[in-house]
Amino acid sequence: MDLSIALLLGQDGLTNGAIYALLALALVMVFAVTRVIFIPQGQFVAYGALTMAGLQSGKLPGTVWLLLGLGALAVVMDGWIALRDKQLRKLARSAAFNLLVPLAIAGLIAGLKADTLPLPVQILLSLLLVVPLGPLLYRVAYQPLAEATVLTLLIVSVAVDFAMMGLGLLFFGPEAFRTPAFSEGSLTLGELTINAQTLWVIGCSAVLIVVLFLFFEKTLYGKALRATALNRVGARLMGIPTTMAGKLTFFVAALIGTFSGLLFAPITPISYDTGFLIGLKGFVAAILGGLGSYPLAAVGAVFVGLLESFSSFWASEYKEVIVFTIIIPVLLWRSLFSHHVEEEE
Amino acid sequence: MNPAMRRFLLPAFLLLLAVAPKLLPPFYITLINYIGLYALVALGLVLLTGVGGLTSFGQAAFVGIGAYATAYLTTTPAAELAPWLAFFGQSPWLTLIFGLTATGLLAITLGSLTLRLSGHYLPLGTMAWGLSLYYLFGTVSFLGRQTGLGGIPNIEFFGIVLDDGPSMYYLIWAFLLAGIFTAQNLLDSREGRAIRALKGGIVMAEAMGVNTSRARMIIFVIAALQAATSGWLYAHLQHFVSPTPFGLHLGIEYLFMAVVGGAGYVWGALVGAGIITILKHWLQEFLPKLLGQSGNFDNIVFGIMMIVVLLRAREGIFPLLRKIGSRNSTQTIKPFNPEAEPLPKRDMPPQGDTLLEVKHVTKRFGGLVANNDLSFTVKAGEVMALIGPNGAGKSTMFNCISGVNPPTEGEVVFRGKVISGMESRDIAKLGMSRTFQHVRLLPTMTVLENVAIGAHLRGHRGVIPAAWRLDRKEESRLLAEAARQIERVGLKEHMFDAAGSLALGKQRIVEIARALTADPSLLLLDEPAAGLRFKEKQALAELLRKLRAEGMGILLVEHDMDFVMGLADRCTVMEFGELLAEGLPEEIQTNPKVLEAYLGGADE
Amino acid sequence: MTEKNVVLDVKDLCVSYGKVEAVHKVNLRIKEGEIVTVIGPNGAGKTTLMNALMAVLPCQGEVVYLGKAQRRDREVEQMVAQGMNLVPEKRELFADMSVSDNLLLGAFDRYRRGHRDQAETMEEVFKLFPRLRERKDQAAGTMSGGERQMLAMGRALMAKPKLLMLDEPSLGLAPLIIKEIFRIIDSLRSTGVSILLVEQNARAALKVADYAYVLETGEVAMEGPAHQLANDPKVIESYLGLGGKH
Repeated sequence: MDLSIALLLGQDGLTNGAIYALLALALVMVFAVTRVIFIPQGQFVAYGALTMAGLQSGKLPGTVWLLLGLGALAVVMDGWIALRDKQLRKLARSAAFNLLVPLAIAGLIAGLKADTLPLPVQILLSLLLVVPLGPLLYRVAYQPLAEATVLTLLIVSVAVDFAMMGLGLLFFGPEAFRTPAFSEGSLTLGELTINAQTLWVIGCSAVLIVVLFLFFEKTLYGKALRATALNRVGARLMGIPTTMAGKLTFFVAALIGTFSGLLFAPITPISYDTGFLIGLKGFVAAILGGLGSYPLAAVGAVFVGLLESFSSFWASEYKEVIVFTIIIPVLLWRSLFSHHVEEEE
Repeated sequence: MNPAMRRFLLPAFLLLLAVAPKLLPPFYITLINYIGLYALVALGLVLLTGVGGLTSFGQAAFVGIGAYATAYLTTTPAAELAPWLAFFGQSPWLTLIFGLTATGLLAITLGSLTLRLSGHYLPLGTMAWGLSLYYLFGTVSFLGRQTGLGGIPNIEFFGIVLDDGPSMYYLIWAFLLAGIFTAQNLLDSREGRAIRALKGGIVMAEAMGVNTSRARMIIFVIAALQAATSGWLYAHLQHFVSPTPFGLHLGIEYLFMAVVGGAGYVWGALVGAGIITILKHWLQEFLPKLLGQSGNFDNIVFGIMMIVVLLRAREGIFPLLRKIGSRNSTQTIKPFNPEAEPLPKRDMPPQGDTLLEVKHVTKRFGGLVANNDLSFTVKAGEVMALIGPNGAGKSTMFNCISGVNPPTEGEVVFRGKVISGMESRDIAKLGMSRTFQHVRLLPTMTVLENVAIGAHLRGHRGVIPAAWRLDRKEESRLLAEAARQIERVGLKEHMFDAAGSLALGKQRIVEIARALTADPSLLLLDEPAAGLRFKEKQALAELLRKLRAEGMGILLVEHDMDFVMGLADRCTVMEFGELLAEGLPEEIQTNPKVLEAYLGGADE
Repeated sequence: MTEKNVVLDVKDLCVSYGKVEAVHKVNLRIKEGEIVTVIGPNGAGKTTLMNALMAVLPCQGEVVYLGKAQRRDREVEQMVAQGMNLVPEKRELFADMSVSDNLLLGAFDRYRRGHRDQAETMEEVFKLFPRLRERKDQAAGTMSGGERQMLAMGRALMAKPKLLMLDEPSLGLAPLIIKEIFRIIDSLRSTGVSILLVEQNARAALKVADYAYVLETGEVAMEGPAHQLANDPKVIESYLGLGGKH
């Protein structure tokens, strides 16, 4: 291996690492606030990329139907409770939020010729279509189980992931898609040539991380999410509803996942089954950081990205084996340094 | 359905199974064979998830090891194998032994890495190694990479060649039924109670002398071995293996089977495997036609079905079926022989001997000093009361003594042995037993079974005797002892009630019975009178007096002053982690410092 | 004495954990501006009662708050929105967050409904608890027990409660601090807030309260004006003396 190859691999690893870092941050956040281990995070990457590809090819992405379907389901579930309690105002609000908004989005997309629009508008439309799935998923699959054990919630996550992957195949077909780069061209620094998209990925990831930081540190809603993560009972007593915290968290996670997919699709072809593996790599990163620390998770993500790109050079066949086996020494290390004290009450 | 009809349910089921190959067309036999294979894997997950509270998404990889082990050894020419491997390659039965050994070793290795970690690391770890083993099957050249290995020979059973579906059928179901019955036997035994105690919390189980790491490892290894056996059967049924059926996807489906069927029930594994296998077959035929595309659209249905099951019937389908079967499913009354030979008892130290010495114990949590330089003793045949306002550090002291949280400084000596720093199960072995301030019983288990957990250290029969019912003599002695202690504390009429259905005060008494079943010489009681009515308190005090007269040492944390003062021989008063006063109850009651602490500082 | 408005009226309240009943047919009434205390031994169900009123636990029976019958399946947030705030026994602070962030979160519900007067409310809280102002940038988890209790109370006051419920505010505190906490509870009278105080420290509680209930094994064993109960021989024996020798 010479320097130029090393630089190339390093660049690859760093790009992937930036994406994994975003996903890992979202996973740590979702787990802290809702105790959900959010396996479907990776599906949002695929859905984002494939919805974008669908828009660009002038088709109405199948995501529209999922959005409408989940919205309708949420209204039915809310409506059931609202009717039982005879609170019709609640039902009206739920219908406006879960039915009219998706209908408006769907109408907008059906009405526009998305393939003729500039890229930033396409990005915006993709986000509009995919991101609302996050809070809707929370409402439909997780909210009724908010008090369940971490284990039950994990099984729900796996089930959601299963269903989303199957629906992904139905909506987008088995082919992989690659979308055009945000901008063409490259930057040459001595030996190193950096793709414009690589810069986009790293730049956007950095900006997104700063925005998230500001959200959590400076806004009362961000603080409310942190408070829920720190002390669920305390948060409820302050009038921070678990439901609101859950929906908001899933919104942020879906935003991160979808945006990662949009960033990633110009670099790697993405198909309906890519999301699961990408999501799991985000997980490996989050676990390297102990599932509790944001900076450590980000460092872990960059490490996973680099490990992956260098092992694809040294032992390409064993790339996935190496990436997923790395978790075992990490778990060993953690088990040596953690003594099991039971969580009380 | 009445009990008599229920009794015929199992023989009828077995009879149906026996004649099925004669009646059904081969296609259905294949389907039933697969149900059997999957149920064997799901059974392991029932033990792991439903009973032990652990989860694995990686069982498919263990299935793969069982399958690949036999495929590789029986299809590779002996000359190309190392001599010791060639020995195993001679017969599928030898490769079964090899595959089980390999799986067992791998499970122990993986288990020792992940089982000690808290809840969610294990399933995430299983996903990771499930994936890496899957990729390994697909990349290693001697395992045939993506092409796989073919030409796997038939199994021979005493000269009978099992070369088709119906003949393999009997072997598969023999293994499955053996698995189900041994699992049932195991759960209904001393080791089984230890495993079920995992759900009541590690602190409680360890205090009863259960080695919880070992209990977790046992079910993890059993589950892995059952999966590997299923893989071995699969390889000889298909005569061909490739990586696909051992991927994470199948690993997840196995867990779905256990959860849909009922992860808390041994028969749930069979119900779940049946439902999912049949549904999958049907969906894979029907959905592509409906949707006009080919692909695994059954995932959508299974994903949604799992969510619905978890939302609406978290216990799974099997308990629902059972409920339809018999409307009033009462707790099973466990027959036991009250005349069984009593268990040997520990030598009680003579009255007045010092049992416990707490010497200058300090406990810090970070900067917070919860206990500061505390010393006191408890003698055989006395009730020592540890009192003080809420938050004074009494529970911390309890945890220091019982080994839950060792002291930062100082030492604790029990019957002449330094115990500070020892594991709580080893301290329990020396004859110290305790109750908990927040009751830790297994609410769905009967009072008898809960109390029998206390006798864990007084039995010795392990997993294998339990699985094959060679432990019955010891088991009835343990149960008889538990029953004796239940009678002693006056809860005889609740013996077969679910522990969770008792009033809180009574649950505390059950905890005392459980502690007594361990045959302790020192009893640690954390607020035993809280929530008791006046009469119940009197009865409790009477019981404790009796125990004291028998030479038991009792360390009591209590708030109810009437109760303490009428019972205790000596008192130690704590405040802010420090010793405030000690002495006879009468002295304590008139001690001005104590009055100040107890009556609060609101006085001018 | 004129009849004041009733803030909270509870009839036949029962709370069960599974099949086990922890609170049985409790009747309780709090009038505007009153301090009402519930005393009783450990395990009597005092905290359970508080949690049920706050909708942390489901309960049966009639709960009328501010003249409105409360639904049985109501949520904690709905009670907070109606101005009921609980300072729980365990304080439940946000340990890694600063004192001022903890206080701000106390006003989350008001903020969410459009009120933007948090700065002034915090000023009032700082006036009551000057110690919190000194520590406003410190992480809540690093403070002493007394300061934590003050922060927990301050955080609840940020919500401008109509009914403040205090669960064992003296728990684990030194006598001098307890005195200070009870002085502040007494001084809250002037703000017009009604207070429900659960205490084991019966003497201090009866001293500050107007009316008192004694809870034993989940049932109201006695009730009456606080000064009257403080002189009742049975109460003295069980809760004010040590083993009846007083």
